[in-house]
Amino acid sequence: MGDDTTGGTGTEAPPDPGAVEAAAAAARGALQAAGSLEALEAARHAHLGRSSPLLVWRRSLGALDPDERRRVGLVLNDRRAELESLAEARAAELATEARAAQLAADALDLTEVTARWRPGHLHVVTQVREELEDVFVGMGYEIAEGPEAESDWHNFTALNMPPDHPARSAQDSFYLDLAGGASLLLRSQTSPVQVRLLERGQLPIYAVAPGRVYRRDTADARHLPVFHQIEGFVVDRGVTFADLVGTIDTFVRAIFGEGTRSRLRPAYFPFTEPSAEFEVTCTICGGEGCRTCGQVGWIELGGCGMVHPAVFQATGVDPEEWSGFAFGFGIDRLALMRHEVEDLRTFIENDVRFLRQL
Amino acid sequence: MLVPLSWLGDFVPLEAFFGPGGVPVTGPGLRRLTETLDSLGLVVERVTPVPGDLPGVVLARVVEIGPIKGADRIRRVLVDAGGNEPVEVVCGAWNFGLGDVVPLATVGTTLPGGMRIERRALRGVTSNGMLCSSAELELATDAAGILVLERGVGDGAHEAAAGAPGALALGQPLAEHLGLRPDVVLDLAVEPNRPDALCILGVARDLAAMARLPLTVPTPQPVEAGPPAAGLARAEVAAPEACERLVVRVVEQLVPVASPPQVQRRLVLAGMRPISAVVDATNYVMLELGQPTHAYDLDRLGGGGIAVRLARPGEQLVTLDGVERHLGQLTLPVGAAAGADQRQADVRHECVVADLDDHVVGLAGVMGGAATEVSATTTRVLLEAAAFEPRRIVRSARHHGLRSEASVRFERGIDPEGLVRAADRVVELVAAAAAAAGAPAPLVAAGVVDVRAVARPARRIVLRTDRLNGVLGTALAAEEAAGCLEPIGFTTSPLPGGLEVTVPSFRPDVTLEVDVVEEVARHYGYERIAGTPRRAPGVGRLSDGQVLRRRLRRLLTGAGVDEAWTSSIVDPTVARRLEVRAGAVALANPMVAEESALRTHLLPGLLDALRRNVSRQNDDVRLFELGAVFAARPTAPATPGPAGDGLLQAHVEERELVGVLLGAPGDDASAAVACWWRLVDGLGLDPDALALDQPRLRAGAAAAEDRAGRGDGDRAGGGAGEGLVGDLLAGCHPSRAAWIRQGSGSSGRCVGALGEVDPSLLATFDLPPGRRVGWLVCDVAGLLATPRRSPLARPVSRYPSSDVDLAFVLAEARPADDLVAVVREAAGDLGEAVAVLDAYRAGDGTRSVTVRTRLRALERTLSDQDVAAFRSAAIALAAERLGAILRA
Repeated sequence: MGDDTTGGTGTEAPPDPGAVEAAAAAARGALQAAGSLEALEAARHAHLGRSSPLLVWRRSLGALDPDERRRVGLVLNDRRAELESLAEARAAELATEARAAQLAADALDLTEVTARWRPGHLHVVTQVREELEDVFVGMGYEIAEGPEAESDWHNFTALNMPPDHPARSAQDSFYLDLAGGASLLLRSQTSPVQVRLLERGQLPIYAVAPGRVYRRDTADARHLPVFHQIEGFVVDRGVTFADLVGTIDTFVRAIFGEGTRSRLRPAYFPFTEPSAEFEVTCTICGGEGCRTCGQVGWIELGGCGMVHPAVFQATGVDPEEWSGFAFGFGIDRLALMRHEVEDLRTFIENDVRFLRQL
Repeated sequence: MLVPLSWLGDFVPLEAFFGPGGVPVTGPGLRRLTETLDSLGLVVERVTPVPGDLPGVVLARVVEIGPIKGADRIRRVLVDAGGNEPVEVVCGAWNFGLGDVVPLATVGTTLPGGMRIERRALRGVTSNGMLCSSAELELATDAAGILVLERGVGDGAHEAAAGAPGALALGQPLAEHLGLRPDVVLDLAVEPNRPDALCILGVARDLAAMARLPLTVPTPQPVEAGPPAAGLARAEVAAPEACERLVVRVVEQLVPVASPPQVQRRLVLAGMRPISAVVDATNYVMLELGQPTHAYDLDRLGGGGIAVRLARPGEQLVTLDGVERHLGQLTLPVGAAAGADQRQADVRHECVVADLDDHVVGLAGVMGGAATEVSATTTRVLLEAAAFEPRRIVRSARHHGLRSEASVRFERGIDPEGLVRAADRVVELVAAAAAAAGAPAPLVAAGVVDVRAVARPARRIVLRTDRLNGVLGTALAAEEAAGCLEPIGFTTSPLPGGLEVTVPSFRPDVTLEVDVVEEVARHYGYERIAGTPRRAPGVGRLSDGQVLRRRLRRLLTGAGVDEAWTSSIVDPTVARRLEVRAGAVALANPMVAEESALRTHLLPGLLDALRRNVSRQNDDVRLFELGAVFAARPTAPATPGPAGDGLLQAHVEERELVGVLLGAPGDDASAAVACWWRLVDGLGLDPDALALDQPRLRAGAAAAEDRAGRGDGDRAGGGAGEGLVGDLLAGCHPSRAAWIRQGSGSSGRCVGALGEVDPSLLATFDLPPGRRVGWLVCDVAGLLATPRRSPLARPVSRYPSSDVDLAFVLAEARPADDLVAVVREAAGDLGEAVAVLDAYRAGDGTRSVTVRTRLRALERTLSDQDVAAFRSAAIALAAERLGAILRA
C-alpha cells in the first residue's frame, strides 16, 4: 500500500497511555459502524493499516528505554490484536447479512408453480393383471401365454367340449372366415393355454395364463365382447381337490386381504370334474350382506375344478399318474369391483381423465 | 328352472325347513333351503314370493246383466256376493251369463299386479268393484274373459260342477275356495350335467338326500277302463339310432275341459301357459318328472299310429306355431365342420315322428305338427313318451331355431326307464281334470304300447376308494361314499378297495369314475373339504418377454404416456384407409359390420381414442397400447389340414405390437424419436445395433449416387418384408417417418417404425389441420430379439475432454446419422460422444449440419496433435464418403 511508505513520518513521539486508548476507541467505533464489507475494509485500513496511529507508534518504540519500550509495546500489541479480531467478527457478521439479503431477494412462492412431471397411468386392467401375476409368481407359478386366434382343437375339442356344446355355436364364439373353411376362432376363454401347457410335455405345471378373450356378447355395462381372464393350472402327482381349495384360499387372501374367505359350490365345466364355482366374502361389506353382493355376503368370482381325465387323454398325459386343477376368473370384473366402476365400457373409451384417476 | 315350493313340497317334507304351517315367503328357513340348494350346485338365482290370499276377491253370482246407454262394449252387471244388497259393477267381458259364479274384486282391493280397485262412475253407472280374469288374479295367463267358477243353470253342456249348482258359498274368499296358499318360486340355475334336476322330482331328490329327508316318489295309478291300447294304436321305431324307446298310451271319450285351477296355477308359476286339460297334463308331467310327452289327435293320425324315423330331404311339416318347416339335412355346428370329428357324420339327419301313412306329424322332441294337434273336437288321444337321442335333438332344435322346454330336456338326456310312469301320470291328470270339471270320465285304454328299440343295461362303474380320496384329498371309507350315493338313486355293492356303483337311468351324464367322485363330493359337501396348501416346487419368475413388456409399460408411463385398451375387432374399412397391405382376418359371424375384422394395426384404435379425447376437450393426449394384431397368411392352404397348431400357423399371423401415439400439443415426429431412444436406453438395447431408415431420404440418396455413378447395393432395398411387420409404416407421414431396423441400412430386420401420422389420415379422424401427431410402433418380438447393451462395465476416463464442433454442408438426401457415423469412425477410440448439435437450411438451398464430438483419452491428457488429427480425418472422411464439405 502506497500510504504505508509515504503517509507515516516514522518520527512520531511515543504515545502516552491516554492517546493509545483514545486511538483504540476511535478504531472500535469505526469498525463497528462499518455497514458493508467495503466500509469495513476502509476502516480497517485507517485504523489498523501501516499508517494508522497504532502502527506508527509501534515503529517509534525504539526511541524508548527498554522497560518503557516493553510496557508500551505490550499495550500496543494488545490493542492491535483486540481490534483485529473485532474486524474479523464484524466481517463475518456482514457476510451473513449479505447472504441473507441475497436469499431473501431470491424468494419463490412454490404454490404458484404449475408445471408438473405427469407420469402416464397403466390401464386399470393392466394394474389388476400385474398384481395377480405377482401373487402367482410369488407362489412359484410361471406366467403362460397363448395366441388369441386359436384353433378349435385347443379352445374346445381338447377341453372335452362336445361338438354340440352351446359355447361352440356361432351364437357364442367368434369364428374366423378363412380359406378352406379352417376351423379357427378367437379364443372364448384362457383355458386353451391349459392344452398348450400339456402339449409342451414338461410336467409338473404350475402356471397362470392371463389374457384377452372374446365372446359374442352385446356390449353393455357388465359385458364387452372383448375382455380379459386369468386361468390357473396346476398338474403334478397327487394334486387333490383339497389342494385346489387351499390354493384358492391362499390367492384370495393375497389379493383381497387376510380377512377374506372363500368357498366352493358344485358347478359344471366340461374340462373339470369335480367342478365348482368359487365365491369370496364380499369385499365391500366383508360378508355382512350389502347391495353389491345382493345381501348374501358372497361374491361369485370364477370357476374351477379338477382337470378332467379327457383333457389329459387328449394331450397324451396319463390321468392315473398325473392329476391337476384349474381355475379361472375375469380380470375386468375384478377391476370393476375394486374401483366401483359403473360401466365396463368406460374401459375401452380411453378418456384420459378416466385413465389418469386410477 | 322355476320351482314353486308348494310343488316341491309334494315330494319332500319342507316342514323340516319351515316348521308346520306352509311356506313362509321370507325368513331363516327359506334361507337355509336356498343355501342347501346352492351347496348342491342347484344355484338359486331368484326367490319370488307369491301371495296366495288374494284379499278382497270373493265369489259372486251374476244376477242381472243389462246394457249401458251409449256404450256398446261394457255392460252393467249385478252380482250377489252374499251380502244383503246385490253389488253393481261395470264389466267389459262377455264370456259369462246369468247365474254364473265369478270372482269379484271389491272396492279397496289391490290385485296381485298392483291394480287398486276404486269405486268409479262410467256413463252414469257406478262400478263397485271388478269381475276378474285368471290373468288379473295371476292364477293363469288366460286374459280372454272373466274366470267362471261355475256355470249358471242351463248355461252349458256340463253344468254339474263340483257338487250341485248353488253349492258355492257366495262371498267366500276366492283363495279359500281354490285352496290357494302363499307360495315361493325359486329360479334355479341347473347345470348342463344335471338332466335329472330339470324337474321338480329331481330337485326334491337332491334336496331330500342332502337334508336327510324322506323322498316321496309318485306312483301314478290311472284307472284303465278301456280296451287294450295295443288294439287301438300302433307304434314303431324305424330309426333306433335316434330313438331308443317309444311308449304310447291311448285315451278315448275325451270331453274338452280346462285344467283345475291348482294345476293351472302351478303351470303359471313355473312359467308355462295353461291351454287345455290334455296339453296342460303333458306340460305338468314334464315339469314334475322331467319327461316331455306329446298328445296327438288319434283320429287324425293316418294308419292309427306313429313311427319314429329319420327325415327325408324335401319333407315338410307345419309345426304347432304355424310355421312351415323344411326337413332333411341338418346343418353341422360350426366347430364340427369338414370332418374334423368323424362322429358328426352320423347325425346329419333329423328325427321325426310320422303317422303310419308316412306323413310327418312331429319334429321329434322339439315340436308337434299343427295338423294332428289336440283340439276342442278331439275325442281320442294318442300320447307319445319317447327317449330320443340327445345330439340329434340339439341339432334339430338349433337348425329350426326352436329351443323348447321339451328339446332342452331331450338335449340333456331323459330317463328312458321313466317313460311309462310319465305316460301314466299324464292320463291320471287328464282323468282328474275331467272329474274336477264335472265332465264324464275319459276312457283310458289298458296298458301301453312299449317299443324298446335299443336295450340299455344299467351302467356299472367301479369306484376305487383310493382314487376317490386321491382326487378329493379326503379320507372317506367306501361305506361313506355309498352313503352319499344311495339317497340320490345310485346302488352300490362293495368290492375289494372300493364299490361297484350302478348308475340310475335318470343320470345319463354319469359315465366315468370321476363323475361318481363328483357325486360323492357334492353330497359329502364341498364345504367340508378343508384346503391343504400346495406350493410350486420351482421358483416363479417372469420370462424375458414378460419382463420386457413390463419395462416397456413403465418406461412409457414414466414418459407421461397413458395406457389405452382398444378393441381387437374393428371396422375393416379403416385398415383400407391406412393402405395396409396384409389381408385382414374377417370374422365369419360378426355381430355388426363395423366390428367384423381383426385389427392389422394399432394406429386406428389409438387415433380413435385421440379423436374421442379431443372431442371432449382433452388436449394433452399421449396414449400407448400393447396388443395383438392379426393377418391372414397369403400362403394359406386351400384345405384346412390337421387340427391344432399347424392349422393356426398356416392361416393366421398373430403379432404383439406396442404403439405409442403422441398427440399432446407440440408433439411431432421428434417426440417419437425422443421416445424411441428413451425406450432403447431403458430396455437396455444396444443403440449401435439399431438404426433409423427413412425411405424417402434413401430414395433421394440412391438417385444422387446413381447420378454420381456410385450405386450402393445396400441402399437399393425397400420395405420390411411381408406380413404385419411390413405394414408398420402404414399411416405415416411420407417424408416424416422411418423404419427402425436392427443393423444398418435397409437390409436390417425391421423392428418397428416411427415418425408422424399422415395428415390426411388425421383428417379422417376429425383432427384439425395443422395438428401434428407423433407415432412409434414396435414389434415386441423384434425388440426381444434385438441385441442388448453389453452388461460389462467399462472404465471411465479421469482426464479432461476436448469438444470439437464441425459444421458440414450435407446433401438433403443424406441422413444426418450417416455424418455422425463417419465422424465417429474418424474419432476412433478417442470419441467419447458424437451427436448432431445443430442443423439448418441456408437460403441457398444447402443444409448445414454441425456435429459435436467429445474427445477423451482413457489414460492421458489429449494433446493438440490428437485434436488436429481427428479434425483432418473427419473432414477427409466426410468428403470422401458423403461428399460433405466443411463449412467455411
